[in-house]
Amino acid sequence: MPEDESVSVPVDIDIARVARLARISLTGTELGIYEAQLPVIIDHAARVQALDTAGIEPTSHPLPLANVFRTDSVGDCLDRDEVLSQAPETQDHQFVVPRIMDEA
Amino acid sequence: MTYEAVIGIETHVELSTSSKMFCACPVDTDSEPNTNVCPVCLGLPGALPVMNEKAVEWAMMIGHGLNCEIVGHSVMSRKNYFYPDMPKNYQISQYDLPLCINGHLDIETDEGVRRVGVTRVHMEEDTGKSSHIGGDSGRIQDALYSLIDFNRAGTPLMEIVSEPDMRTPAEARAFVSELREIVLALGVSDAKLEDGSMRFDGNISMRPGGTEGFGVKVEIKNMNSMRSLQQALEYEIERQTELLVDGHEVVQETRHWNEGAGKTESMRSKEEAFDYRYFPEPDLVPLAVDEAWDRRVLAELPELPSQARSRFEDLGLDPEAAALVARGETGPLFAAAVEAGADPKSAANWLTGEVMAWTRRNNTDPAATPLTGKHIAQLSTMQGDGRLSASAAKEVLGWVLAGEGSPEEVAEARDLVQMSDAGELQGIVDYVLAENPEAVAKLAEGDEKVLGYLVGQVMKASGGKADPKLARELLAT
Ligand SMILES: [Zn+2]
Repeated sequence: MPEDESVSVPVDIDIARVARLARISLTGTELGIYEAQLPVIIDHAARVQALDTAGIEPTSHPLPLANVFRTDSVGDCLDRDEVLSQAPETQDHQFVVPRIMDEA
Repeated sequence: MTYEAVIGIETHVELSTSSKMFCACPVDTDSEPNTNVCPVCLGLPGALPVMNEKAVEWAMMIGHGLNCEIVGHSVMSRKNYFYPDMPKNYQISQYDLPLCINGHLDIETDEGVRRVGVTRVHMEEDTGKSSHIGGDSGRIQDALYSLIDFNRAGTPLMEIVSEPDMRTPAEARAFVSELREIVLALGVSDAKLEDGSMRFDGNISMRPGGTEGFGVKVEIKNMNSMRSLQQALEYEIERQTELLVDGHEVVQETRHWNEGAGKTESMRSKEEAFDYRYFPEPDLVPLAVDEAWDRRVLAELPELPSQARSRFEDLGLDPEAAALVARGETGPLFAAAVEAGADPKSAANWLTGEVMAWTRRNNTDPAATPLTGKHIAQLSTMQGDGRLSASAAKEVLGWVLAGEGSPEEVAEARDLVQMSDAGELQGIVDYVLAENPEAVAKLAEGDEKVLGYLVGQVMKASGGKADPKLARELLAT
């Protein structure tokens, strides 16, 4: 960790876009709150980023494990009626969803 | 200025494993909607994925089939986006550490062999299937709403990314076609374009001929057949060249092939520019492929189409016939026929001609018929020594395919054997000569035309069973 504590990346967060990407609807007040909070998290990540990691193996998973598999065999599925009972709307045993594309 | 196309192809292949990639639901395209689903593939909270070992091994096989390196340490990642056919709101895929990299595939082109680089082969899961309701076209743009069936969600899916090494639509088609042959030979997918178990997207840009840079790239989706791949690319080449020639710029975008209209159309989506926010999948541990495992998979690798082709060429076929035999599911029968003593060319002719035609007509495949290599050898021998005429041989083959027995048995039972014994035929020839003194006189004067007439008379007298070649010989002496 460098002595200089002010590790700071240029933080330019479009909080509304971040919320939109995550499909979270936020009020104007909430947008303001998170807009102030998110840079702190990013700043923390930047500190980690600044560490000298030369010679350290990248880690994608905290457990010292690899190759956890199942054999290719078929097991039980859920009851369809039960599955579809969770849907707001169904038709022909399928989930109904609103139109996907804008008009071309 | 002339422009040259730079084409890359991204192919998705569904594996035909018994169960899905991360759960034990069956991979079965014929099931009733939403019956092959469980908490994992429906993305219910708390459900945990576990990787299908066979899917990994089949991915390694595809990697080897495409001359890739198998990466020793690879990782599954989450690709985050929202779409109604993807219940988790992320797709488990591979990102920076895919399983197979740096491969290539050699394809035949008009200018000889072209080597197309394969950037990577990675594993992921398929999405559910949506049907678009409302509007008359069935197209997504016109739909009022959509229906989702999650049976397909979680099916093992391989993404195969090529380098932009193709220069013509025909090369792109040859690449996809060879890739399909490989996948079929490996037996890891039924690779049906019409059912979407193999699908491809293209990316294409234009650059001034002879230069090395890259122009603005357009992605093309919704090409559902080899033909539409070629047509869509041809259309794009024309469209982009026209823009460039007129001094306009090509817009970087995704375009949709409209089969009916025969053109590509700009796709406008509700989604804003994608930001997939990849990160390592925390619910799955990494994959470690050591040499021993890789060697085990490699040992099980079946013969690849290119190897089959050269083997068939070694057996005496020309490259075209070798490719036909290798492609038509008739390879094993061909090898068996040659082993049983059949002439390779004649065996290839029967298999790629009559046998394929018959099986297609009867909606089956050669392996499902009682036809054996020995039968083919027998058939070509019988035709070769004159016991079967060409048309009789064809008829015999039909009955053999229908299960009536060997060619010998069928020909005997159905009375199709030609009179090819000179002694047997001589009596008929003598009779015909005695009945046609005028023609015989003309023949004696050297009128060759009359010989055909006399052969016809012999055929008639023998009830069509005389070997015309032998009859001609006997008449001429
Ligand atoms: Zn499942």
